[in-house]
Order: sequence, then C-alpha cells, then structure tokens
Amino acid sequence: MELLTVENLKKSFGKTEVLKGISFSLKKGEVLAIIGSSGSGKTTLLRCLNFLELPDAGSIAVSGKTLIDCSDATTLDDETVRQNRLHFGLVFQNFNLFPQYNVLGNVTLAPTLLEKGTKEQIEENARRLLDQVGLSEKLDSYPHQLSGGQQQRVAIARALALQPEVLCFDEPTSALDPELTGEVLRVIRGLKNRDTTMIVVTHEMEFAREVADKVIYMADGVIEEYGTPEQVFEQPQSEKTRAFLHGAQSIY
Amino acid sequence: MSFLEVTQYLFDGFLISLLIFAVTLLCGAPLGLPIAFCSMSKVKAIKAVSKVVVWIVRGVPLMLQIFIIYYVPGLLFKFPMFSYVDRYFFSAYGIQDAGRIMAVLIAFTINYACYFSEIYRGGIESISMGQYEAGYVLGLTKTQIFRHIVLKQVIKRIVPPMSNEIITLIKDTALANCIVVCEIIKQAKDLAATKALVWPLFYTGVFYLLFVGLLTIILGRVEKKLSYFRS
Repeated sequence: MELLTVENLKKSFGKTEVLKGISFSLKKGEVLAIIGSSGSGKTTLLRCLNFLELPDAGSIAVSGKTLIDCSDATTLDDETVRQNRLHFGLVFQNFNLFPQYNVLGNVTLAPTLLEKGTKEQIEENARRLLDQVGLSEKLDSYPHQLSGGQQQRVAIARALALQPEVLCFDEPTSALDPELTGEVLRVIRGLKNRDTTMIVVTHEMEFAREVADKVIYMADGVIEEYGTPEQVFEQPQSEKTRAFLHGAQSIY
Repeated sequence: MSFLEVTQYLFDGFLISLLIFAVTLLCGAPLGLPIAFCSMSKVKAIKAVSKVVVWIVRGVPLMLQIFIIYYVPGLLFKFPMFSYVDRYFFSAYGIQDAGRIMAVLIAFTINYACYFSEIYRGGIESISMGQYEAGYVLGLTKTQIFRHIVLKQVIKRIVPPMSNEIITLIKDTALANCIVVCEIIKQAKDLAATKALVWPLFYTGVFYLLFVGLLTIILGRVEKKLSYFRS
C-alpha cells in the first residue's frame, strides 16, 4: 500500500501558477529525489506537504487517510493543520535551529511541548538520535558554535525526534561549504538504511542517483519526468530533462 | 543651608523623579505590547489607528503632552480633575502635587508606551520567518512558538534600544517641572529663587549620573546574561 499519495496538487501565488497539477505516490521506506532548476516549484511542493502553504487544488493522503482534499469545501482549522503537519518532517535549507537552545534542547523542545513522553524518555531518544547523526559530543553546544554541517545534522535529529512518517529535505546541502556536504549526505544515506521514508529536493545529482528509489524531474510546475534513477538519468524521455541533465553535467 | 540640608532637599525631589521613572516603566512597558500588536495587525483599521496614535505621540513634544493632559479636562470640559485631586489629597492627607503628578504619570506612560511599542515591533519583525516555520513543522501552536522560540530572541534584540529609552526616561522626568511638580530640578530652582543658591542646580547632575551609572550596570548585566546565544 502507498504511504503517501499526492493527487493533482495545484498552487498559485497571485497570478503565477507554481504547481500545475502534481501527482505521485510513495511507499513506506522509499526515497524520492526531486530535481529541477530553481523556480520549478520543488520547494513549494515540499511546503504544501508540510502545510506551510495550503494548495489551491488536489489532495494529499498519508496511509490512506486524506489530510487535505481541496474539492471538499470545508476549510481546515488551525488545529487540523497542526495535526496534519505531524505526519511530515521538514529539514530546511538554512537549518533554522533555535539559537537560544543547545543541541539537546533543540531536539527535545517539540517532543516536550507536545508531551510525547516523560522527560527521561524524550531525552534518551534525543541522545540516541544525536548519536546516530554523529553529534553525541556536542549536546551542550549552541547552534552558533557549530559548523553548517553540524547544524544541519542537528536539524535532522530534531525532525526525527517526532517520528514523522515522511521526512522531507529542502536542498539540505545548498547552504553548506562543499567540504561539509558529505557529512550531511552520509547521514541521509544512513537513514535510508533504516527504512525512513524520505523526499529529498536536491541539486546533488550523484547523490540522487545513488540514494533515491524514485526520481522526479520538475520543470515549470509540472512533473516532466518520473521514474527510477536509471530511467530518469540514463533514458530520459523528455527533451527538457535531457537538456537539464546535460546542463547539470557540464558544470563538472 | 548646609551641604547636607541641600542634599536632603534635593533628594526629596529626586524621589519624585524616581517615582515618575518607576511608574512610567512599570505601566508603559506592558502597555507598549498591545500597541505593538495593533501596529502589526492584519486588520487595516486597527493598524491605521495605531500608527496614527504613535505618530502623534512621538511627533509632539512630551512637555506639550503634559500640558495637554493637565489642562484639557478643565479647558474643554470645565472639569479640572487634576486640580481637584491636588486639593483633595492636600486637605485629606497633606500630600502636595498628587493631581499634577498623576497628570505627568499619564502623559509619560502614554508617551513611553508608544516608543516602547515601536521597539517591540522592530524586535518581533526582525525574527526570521524560518524560526516560525521550524516551529510549525514540528507541530507547535502559534502560542508555543511565540513563548518558547520567538520571545527570548526578541528580548535579546530589544535590550540595547530599551536600555537607551530607559536611560532617557530618568532625564525626561525633569520635564515634570513644567506644571510645577517638585522633582529634583524644580527643587533646585526653588533654592535658587528663595535662598539665592545656584550651585544646587548643578549638583542635581550628580544624582542623575549616579542613577544612570546604576542603570548602566544593571542593563549591562541583562545584556550579558543573554549573550550565551547568537540570533
């Protein structure tokens, strides 16, 4: 059964239509990579999944439960939106850690406020996750004392602490120095081995090819190409995809 | 008059200055918050009213505002309420100036609340959208995000501009003598007029300086306490 089903998702900002009908689905444990040039709607898609934006049309369902169906006239109240967000986690391009909390505090804050267990359970879980992302030495450090790569790994642990069904990454390495991207990508690779369902918006083509089970190439708000990494990277059907991949290659 | 007597006489005045300072801070600082929220309101009418009020209050000299608060009830409504308060407190308790001080407190509180509100607004608006969104995707409510994520960052950012206003406030209390409230400068002027002593007027500076020194130390500590994180 599909874990996540997205159907005909549309979103406009003013007169600009950013998403023009996006449909795809994802099974549990699968990793979906979304590639495409800037302005193609990748980030907006992730923001719709995380209910930071509400789509104008289409539906999103997780484990068979419809979270939003725009053909249904009822508007979602704040509490429903909040509950819906808990199905997803989001790791931002620029981390957005909470500066006044140390590493452990960043990871434990939300579970504590949402009363996801006793203080001991929450803290133990946080320590385990921080160990998993290789930061057990940095529990007491504050975000400004960490490198970009370390900050992003804290952000990943923070998102994992709420055990989201689908973890989304919005260009997780774009704000990092090249030498720091490796450590973040390693962590994401490790998560794949633990059967975490993930959607990764990325410009790292090699990484997408290696880690993803499915790849979407987006252009101008539509899915231009959808398939396994082999299909998308080796035998792209669309002319646009070929041009994009060619352009991406010629950078190196 | 001996030096000690002059000191005592001026100190009595400085207590009034401190009273104006304390009440303005305790009432004006909280009052600034709803004004700040109104200035950021999505309802255009509320926002417009708030902006106009802040424009007027910041645009007119505080001394003029004291005159307006003090005289307008009598001039416009034939109800000089502050004089009544003055007389009542004097006849009942022997306290002088109660009504005048009240007028000063009202004018100061409104004036400073407007200045504070702009500092709050700047502080709140300077927090990046990313902080709110990070809270949202973790399933937190708006209230939780404000209280546990945004508030402390705002406080850190507004401490320096607030320190400035607070230091200005103690010196602004001297304006109260425009309606003959016996704050420290008024006391010194009395000495000049009645005892032909001019030096106490300059001596008042020492009181202000010592108090501002104390404030600087306290505010510096607050700033230092929040220096453990960067935002």
